[in-house]
Amino acid sequence: MSALLEATNINKRFGGIEALSAVSMRIERAEIYGLIGPNGAGKTTFFNVLTGVYRADGGAFTFDGTALNVKAPHEVAAAGIARTFQNIRLFANMSALENVMVGRHVRTHAGIFGAILRGAGTRAEERAIHERARVLLDYVGLAARGNALAHSLPYGDQRRLEIARALATAPKLLALDEPAAGMNATETATLRTLLERIRDDGTTILLIEHDMKLVMGLCDRIAVLDYGRKIAEGAPAAVRNDAAVIEAYLGGELA
Amino acid sequence: MNISDKLKSNPAALWSAVVLIACALVALPFVLAMAGTTWVRVTNLAILFTLLALGLNIVVGFAGLLDLGYIAFYGVGAYTYALLASPQFNLHLPFWIILPIGALTACVFGVLLGAPTLKLRGDYLAIVTLGFGEIVRIFFNNLSQPVNITNGPQGISRIDPISIGNFSFNGSEVILGINFSGPVKYYYLLLLVLIAVIVINLRLEDSRIGRAWQAIREDEIAAAAMGINTTRIKLLAFAMGASFGGVAGGMFAAMQGFISPDSFVLVESVMVLSMVVLGGMGNIWGVIVGALLLSFVPELLRHTVDPLQRSLFGRLIVEPEVVRMLLFGLALMLMMLFRPAGLWPSKVRRRELAEK
Ligand SMILES: Nc1ncnc2c1ncn2[C@@H]1O[C@H](COP(=O)(O)OP(=O)(O)OP(=O)(O)O)[C@@H](O)[C@H]1O
Ligand SMILES: [Mg+2]
Repeated sequence: MSALLEATNINKRFGGIEALSAVSMRIERAEIYGLIGPNGAGKTTFFNVLTGVYRADGGAFTFDGTALNVKAPHEVAAAGIARTFQNIRLFANMSALENVMVGRHVRTHAGIFGAILRGAGTRAEERAIHERARVLLDYVGLAARGNALAHSLPYGDQRRLEIARALATAPKLLALDEPAAGMNATETATLRTLLERIRDDGTTILLIEHDMKLVMGLCDRIAVLDYGRKIAEGAPAAVRNDAAVIEAYLGGELA
Repeated sequence: MNISDKLKSNPAALWSAVVLIACALVALPFVLAMAGTTWVRVTNLAILFTLLALGLNIVVGFAGLLDLGYIAFYGVGAYTYALLASPQFNLHLPFWIILPIGALTACVFGVLLGAPTLKLRGDYLAIVTLGFGEIVRIFFNNLSQPVNITNGPQGISRIDPISIGNFSFNGSEVILGINFSGPVKYYYLLLLVLIAVIVINLRLEDSRIGRAWQAIREDEIAAAAMGINTTRIKLLAFAMGASFGGVAGGMFAAMQGFISPDSFVLVESVMVLSMVVLGGMGNIWGVIVGALLLSFVPELLRHTVDPLQRSLFGRLIVEPEVVRMLLFGLALMLMMLFRPAGLWPSKVRRRELAEK
């Protein structure tokens, strides 16, 4: 079987800044693929280009065997890529359950007339959306918080709620932008278990993360970006000892 | 919402409440008629404005898109009705054909307004919609030349009343020994439409599309990342809101028998928006309260300020209209100070504003 996601020579410039230059990577099915690098290396930009928030200046993505030609961000979710955001972007004034229910939007169909007439089909679909959202809240450990407004949740719960919302779109690839940021050690441990479970249930994960212990322990393979270039790729052990990587981090976090 | 929770857990109490309210609503026009038929008319207009406020609430409250030209859709609905059921073109189509056409026309105008403004937010959107409302009104004013369509500032008169077979909603009628005046008949019709619109709004709010609207209001980028076609869903909000305005406009034209561009001025848009904001943006019941308050209080003033001054001072010192605007401004200021989320805010707004 082909790789799930293949990025070829992705370029992205912001004025004078070369945020991504000729970045290529292959993400295999059902692996956790880490994307690390110092601040400003271009990791989030890679997510934004992949999910259609920005248009790449060059390069191409192949996803699940076909060319990924997105004209608008919403098409990416339909194609099977869901993401979370570095600076949490929940629907703050909707309940946790409603947040996850919104995630079902792309896999459901009821339109305006369905909503007004509420026929049997619409009601069945609503029930299914509800049910799925409850299951996913439970899956990420937020079963008890369904009715809480998203912004009233503690930080760690918000991060997990974002994951549940992304999972609701039934993605093949789950792209997480620093999910452990701001979490304490216990929360990070729970997150790690959750991510392993997601992978074992068959969803591929692309993970941006600064927590090196988490990345090294969790990822099957890792790519390292520095100033928009991929400077290393491989198994955690190999990447950890790579001279260029150590150089990029100046011995900081890896030491 | 403790009361509604309690009612839900006690069906007997719920049903008695429903029956009680229904009886009150059925009896209301006769009680009002004792004070004068004017009050029935005032109530009818209040219901029309409640319809408008509920329509605007979809755009502003649910989808979070500020619209300052909403009255244009009311106007489009009213003119559609007037042109298709008056001596103007000698057309006299039945209302059950025109009202849907009016809704559809307003809907098209909603999309026309929505399409170019999709990328705009907040202040910018407000300015463009404000301009749109004015453009539509100016068209009504000037489309009397070279071909006379709207009859210009004189407006269109002798518009057909709503009628079903031989039963017309105009004029009095004695049914079962009770005298039903025209306004009383319209009251019942409007009440039915209002109930339908409330049900539709409640269903929309709690639906896949309704959640998508709210998601866009909360965070457009995240909404798109969840696969919501933000362009389409925003247009849908404009279209839905406009359709409600169109229906209300059609009923207005039929009820009054006469319309002119003066009914569709900017102040009316501001008034409808005030109803939505005063009541509590996003909360259907709050919006209804806001619309009824802003419809009735000015009328009460109109009927008390004048006689009161005459009996106190022997002459009129301050025009009722001036007092009305003064109190309106004061009310809005007090509200912003003490209840910035509206009189009956949605749970959402209440918490959102409490944080800030
Ligand atoms: N919208 C933008 N406009 C201009 N420059 C941008 C924009 N987005 C990102 N950049 C620049 O592109 C570079 C890469 O930024 P990016 O956010 O991708 O880094 P990152 O690897 O995610 O860093 P961090 O670990 O701090 O999140 C930075 O120099 C940043 O300033
Ligand atoms: Mg980043």
